[in-house]
Amino acid sequence: MSAKTEIWQGTLALMILKTLATLGPLHGYGIARRIEQTSGDRLALNYGTLYPALLKLEQEGWIVAEWGVSENNRKAKYYKLTRAGRKQLERETKEWNQTTAIVARFLEPAEDPS
Amino acid sequence: MRQLRAWLIRFKGLFLKDARERELADELESHLQMHVDDNIRAGMSPPEARRVAVMKLGGVEQAKEAYRDRGTIPLLESMAHDLRFTLRQLRKNPAFSVTAVAMVALGIGASVAIFAFVDAALIKPLPYQNPSRLLFVTEATPFIPRAAISYADYIDWKKLNTVFESLDVYSHRGYVLNTPTGTELVDGARVSDGLFHTLGVVPALGRDFYHGEDLAGAPRTVILSYASWQKRFAGQPEIVGQQLTLNETPYTVVGVLPENFHFAPVENAEFWTTLHPAGFCDERRSCHYLQGVARLKEGVTQAAALAEVTRIAKDLEAHYPDSNRNQGATVAPLSEVIVGDVKPILLLLLGGVGLLLLIACSNVASLLLVRSETRRRELAVRRALGATRARLIRQFVIEGLVIVVIGTTAGLLSSHWTMQILAGLIPKNMMAGMPYLNGLALNSRVLIFALTVAAFAAALFSLTPAFRLSTLEMREADNSRGAAGRVWTRIGSKLVILELTTAMVLLVGAGLLGKSFYRLMQVDAGFETAHLITMTVRAPMSAYEKDEQALALGRDVVDQIKSLPGVTSVALADVLPLSFNGNTDWIRFVGRAYNGEHNEVNQRLASSGYFATLQARLLRGRTFKDSDDATKPNVVVINQTLAKKYFPGEDPIGQRFGDTDLHPDTLREIIGVVDDIKEGPLDSEIWPAYYAPFNQHPRVDFSVVVRTTQLEQSLMPAVADVISRLNSKITISNQTTMMARVNNAPTVYLRRSSTWLVGGFALVALLLGVVGLYGVIAYSVSQRTREIGVRIALGAQRGSVYRLILKEAGVLALAGIVIGTGCAILVASVMRKLLFGTPPWDIATLISVAAVLGASALLASFLPARRAASVNPISALRAE
Repeated sequence: MSAKTEIWQGTLALMILKTLATLGPLHGYGIARRIEQTSGDRLALNYGTLYPALLKLEQEGWIVAEWGVSENNRKAKYYKLTRAGRKQLERETKEWNQTTAIVARFLEPAEDPS
Repeated sequence: MRQLRAWLIRFKGLFLKDARERELADELESHLQMHVDDNIRAGMSPPEARRVAVMKLGGVEQAKEAYRDRGTIPLLESMAHDLRFTLRQLRKNPAFSVTAVAMVALGIGASVAIFAFVDAALIKPLPYQNPSRLLFVTEATPFIPRAAISYADYIDWKKLNTVFESLDVYSHRGYVLNTPTGTELVDGARVSDGLFHTLGVVPALGRDFYHGEDLAGAPRTVILSYASWQKRFAGQPEIVGQQLTLNETPYTVVGVLPENFHFAPVENAEFWTTLHPAGFCDERRSCHYLQGVARLKEGVTQAAALAEVTRIAKDLEAHYPDSNRNQGATVAPLSEVIVGDVKPILLLLLGGVGLLLLIACSNVASLLLVRSETRRRELAVRRALGATRARLIRQFVIEGLVIVVIGTTAGLLSSHWTMQILAGLIPKNMMAGMPYLNGLALNSRVLIFALTVAAFAAALFSLTPAFRLSTLEMREADNSRGAAGRVWTRIGSKLVILELTTAMVLLVGAGLLGKSFYRLMQVDAGFETAHLITMTVRAPMSAYEKDEQALALGRDVVDQIKSLPGVTSVALADVLPLSFNGNTDWIRFVGRAYNGEHNEVNQRLASSGYFATLQARLLRGRTFKDSDDATKPNVVVINQTLAKKYFPGEDPIGQRFGDTDLHPDTLREIIGVVDDIKEGPLDSEIWPAYYAPFNQHPRVDFSVVVRTTQLEQSLMPAVADVISRLNSKITISNQTTMMARVNNAPTVYLRRSSTWLVGGFALVALLLGVVGLYGVIAYSVSQRTREIGVRIALGAQRGSVYRLILKEAGVLALAGIVIGTGCAILVASVMRKLLFGTPPWDIATLISVAAVLGASALLASFLPARRAASVNPISALRAE
């Protein structure tokens, strides 16, 4: 259970960054909804876990936050990708692709019955 | 880099906690609102929409917790929490907190103040260049370990030695300075031309003496001390090149010494002149009045230097057997000569204050132990709620730190005042001999010392309860109530034995010092010290050049003072008693075989009323009459030691002696024997001495001794007044009383002050030790209430309960006393030099100190014993 969460947290950061890169400035709720939609509702995201992750990204300087007004006239905190965050996203995407490729290669023969 | 940035933000987060939490709450609220809006739009009822939104958000508190951890540094956060908790705990228990902090403050304050003195006197280097290469070099005789050098010997030493870069000499000298308002007697020094160069001191203004400026033919020049320049010449730089008059001779000022310069051997010399050898003494190889300072050559050891000067002295002895017989040589580090007297006393005080610190710290440690014992339940609950061991230990460490930090701060502040007060208590004449104490301050070395001590205390305070915690855990399985107390009592009682031992050592030390001081004050000076006024008179040589004039001056001074009401008798002397052994003469007896040995005896001048005024005891013969003057054959009165040494079993009256050549002019006839008068300090030996009549050797500078029936202080101005009315150019100095001279003498002063200080330390130590004992016994009684209840219920008598408790205390006290006695004797043997007429194992002191400590311990344990004996068995048994 705890091991799952850890992996989840690492990928959560990547998902947040990607979401912000795709959609531009967005509030926490919007990011959560977007991640769920993108996963085809296959990820059961506990929205609360999003906020510590956002704080961490903000502290590391990948994103910045600013209070604004939502489309429904609600006060909301908007997160925006910084330039450093964009580079970080590229880096992490590349790393993720490499990792998944390696893991995929490991898993391939096992899937092949012959 | 990014990591660092994140940490910095998190560190900042420590201080912005509230704002950040509010912002998170706002953000989560807006999140919920948007989710609820969406849900309603999707067709849910408002309560349903909210319920789903909240569920989806998950545990808000957990999110907040995770957010919080990420927002700051949890370790620091929880430490801040521990700190707040500690402060709350300390506030809740003011008696404990104030006691603990006060003890730490006391220990640190006292030890820092004493250390500051040690630092100023022993650690801070002397204000000379490379002071460790400087040696004090003088002659030595079998009689005087550090004798002075004669001028002729100095010249030879300087020429013949190969071990010194330079060798220079100095000699203290009083000068009469002409001031705008008259004349004043001032302190000065005669030095060889290179003294400042040897010390590595460069004048702040003007120049150093030239090479050869100390020769007889050179112009007379003077260098001023900084203080003198400021005081007398308002610090004007134009002073260099100007003239001033010393001893009726004009001198040109050539320089001013640096502000931080001091040279304790000549105390507060203001006027530094060169030697200018002239006159009888400088020409005589046997007239010793100079002290040498040398700078060792690179790579030469002190032992090599000693061998070299000893060899030179031997050569000179072979060359000049008459004057240099038995004139050896000695060298010592200059710093030892300057601070040698106070070093053992300062080390003693440092040791004493260290013990006091130890006792204070162990007392606080045992207080903390008791507290950790009473907090067992709290600790158990915290442990059960998931606090880690590390967290609990950290709590103790923080508590220890808080106590130490507050205590150290208070201690440093108080040490600042203590230093001022202690330094202010030092009389002026003592301070003049210890100019290095002007550097007394809370400097970086002192602060480092304070921090080291504080760190030691903090470690002790946090480790004891932490250690306690581990014993607590060991016992977790064994849940019995009685064992808890016993474990604690075992650690606590060891601390108490340590405290009592320390108190014993300090008490014995104080007792021995006190007894030494008492013995010193009981020393028979050979005369009646009370009700005597003394002062030094110096008349200008020009007005009294002839012996008859000087003799008339002496007579007038005596007559004028005698006519004052309240004056019983008056006398003149060249050196007052209780000053020093020295100013010696070598004598040779008429009609006895002589093989050139030096019969060294104190030589003193005394007027006719001298022995009567002092109330010295005449043993045989007669004292001087006014008619014993230059027209009569020379006569002398000798002291008993001289009589015993040179006339054992003989009647010395009528015997004659002279100088080593028996020159007819020097022949003197013994007319009387007086009981020994202390010429040196109270703790010095009695040397053989002879007294010659003032009227046969009249002089223009002398001391006056006045016996009065009045209060000495009130008569003093009148005495000075009648003298100065004889001639306005007469200078009068050192107006004081014989009692003040006794009490302010360095040997008496140092002993008295160290006795008081160590006595104070010992009293505090006694108090702390007894309080510590009381704490242990009281705690032990409270732990054993049930057991005692059972005993009483089973029929134990109150008396046996008393015995039970007193025995427990008695064992501790006895252990402390026995171990303490052993340690005290050891310590006393080390400080043997500071004792006077008292052996380190002085039985009376040991027994009385043991009795005092035993009685105090009994008293301290009596209170808890009474409480134990009055335990009500019923309520005691119900208590658990």
